[in-house]
Amino acid sequence: MGYVFDYSWIGEYSGVLLKGLWLTVWLILVGATFGVALGIFCAWVRALGPKWARPIVGAYVELIRNTPFLIQLFFIFFGLPSLGVQMGETQAALLAMIINLGAYGCEIVRAGIQATTKGQFEAGWSLGLSRIETFRHVVLIPALQRIWPALSSQIVIVMLGSAVVSQIAAEDISYAADFIQSRTFRAFETYIVATLIYLALAILLRQLLKGVGWVLFPKRSAAR
Amino acid sequence: MSLIEITEVRKSFGDNEVLKGIDLNVEPGEVIAIIGKSGSGKSTLLRCINGLETINAGSIQVAGAQLATDELHLKALRLKVGMIFQGFNLFPHKTAGQNVMLSQMVVKKTPKPQAEEMAKKMLDRVGLGHKFDAYPDQLSGGQQQRVAIARALAMQPVALLCDEITSALDPELVQEVLAVVKELASEGMTLLMVTHEMRFARDVCSRVVFMHLGRVHEIGPPGEVFGNPKTPELRQFLGQTH
Ligand SMILES: Nc1ncnc2c1ncn2[C@@H]1O[C@H](COP(=O)(O)OP(=O)(O)OP(=O)(O)O)[C@@H](O)[C@H]1O
Ligand SMILES: [Mg+2]
Repeated sequence: MGYVFDYSWIGEYSGVLLKGLWLTVWLILVGATFGVALGIFCAWVRALGPKWARPIVGAYVELIRNTPFLIQLFFIFFGLPSLGVQMGETQAALLAMIINLGAYGCEIVRAGIQATTKGQFEAGWSLGLSRIETFRHVVLIPALQRIWPALSSQIVIVMLGSAVVSQIAAEDISYAADFIQSRTFRAFETYIVATLIYLALAILLRQLLKGVGWVLFPKRSAAR
Repeated sequence: MSLIEITEVRKSFGDNEVLKGIDLNVEPGEVIAIIGKSGSGKSTLLRCINGLETINAGSIQVAGAQLATDELHLKALRLKVGMIFQGFNLFPHKTAGQNVMLSQMVVKKTPKPQAEEMAKKMLDRVGLGHKFDAYPDQLSGGQQQRVAIARALAMQPVALLCDEITSALDPELVQEVLAVVKELASEGMTLLMVTHEMRFARDVCSRVVFMHLGRVHEIGPPGEVFGNPKTPELRQFLGQTH
């Protein structure tokens, strides 16, 4: 057989790749920040919030968790304009990621909140903290600490899943790869490079999330 | 007017009436021990006093703060009474010092330097000034409970509610916590404590409340309650614990 690898195109297309890389990085950094925030808010509603709001959030969570991400993306990009909501492909991609992570994050964070003992709430309340203050200062950080590995994995999944935003022509890594292989006809090499970039990104993202956890949560049981 | 006025308080869980009309007035500086069989309603009574349970009838007021269900009234009441729990309930993600500082800063909006100073003072008061930066899981049970006491004291309550605060401790750690409570009592702090430490109740308390089936069955100075129980229920209860 003797397939001859050819990477001579890389120099010419490195700009395209970098641009794609930048969009993927931007999408996951911004998307994860707002997605996690949305997830925390929804988890609060479902676990501790006003009773009337719980089924609404529940419906959102189930809707998102039981439909494909690609369809959610298409709905936002192609569907919403019929309702008069127009947005560019990058905004649509970002919004889809936030909404998607918000739903999965909700269920993960909720598990962390529900593992909080009654005593923690009561200690907060009996010190005069309101319900919201107790959630914010007493419950939230230990709850996040409990589920941080699961939440980190979910964020990585969303980052990898973001490859489909190239379907609405958002110019991410996958879009760049498609573009390059259609010009160079070196599909094998192109996707090897794309794979390696995603792999490196995923590893870096996990390290970053570990770092965030390290800052957010006390180093308990550390030597004193 | 007494410091704590508990009037005709009734409390049910479903159709299980746990408190069947409790009347109790506590004067400033009094140390009250609440004793009684398991399930007699001791914890429920304490939890009602700082609004962790709602009541079905009657009224509770502490130094002018009335028990009601809205957050404003609850906050006012909880600023008057601190509560110490059997299970310590320290915040695991905060150091001892931060545990003591949190409610001052969040509830009273005390600036950080003052809150820190108060935290140091309160931790010193319970003999743990040197553990300011330790996390709860680096402390023994007795130390954790003393931090919990410091945390409640930092809000400068007029009274403290203690629900079996030594029951979760190894026997050798009980005394260090009781010593702190004794010190508080001698400084004039008003205390309501559910306890199984009969010797402590006898030595430190001004009055003993014996609860039975959701009522104050007998009440009086420790000498009387322990030395000369009037009801067969109390006699039987004391017989079991002695
Ligand atoms: N949250 C609750 N829901 C339902 N029933 C409860 C609840 N809390 C307490 N009870 C019931 O109320 C009764 C009194 O309980 P309480 O905890 O006040 O007793 P106690 O005197 O403190 O007992 P112990 O010495 O075991 O701590 C018990 O029958 C208990 O089952
Ligand atoms: Mg009890």
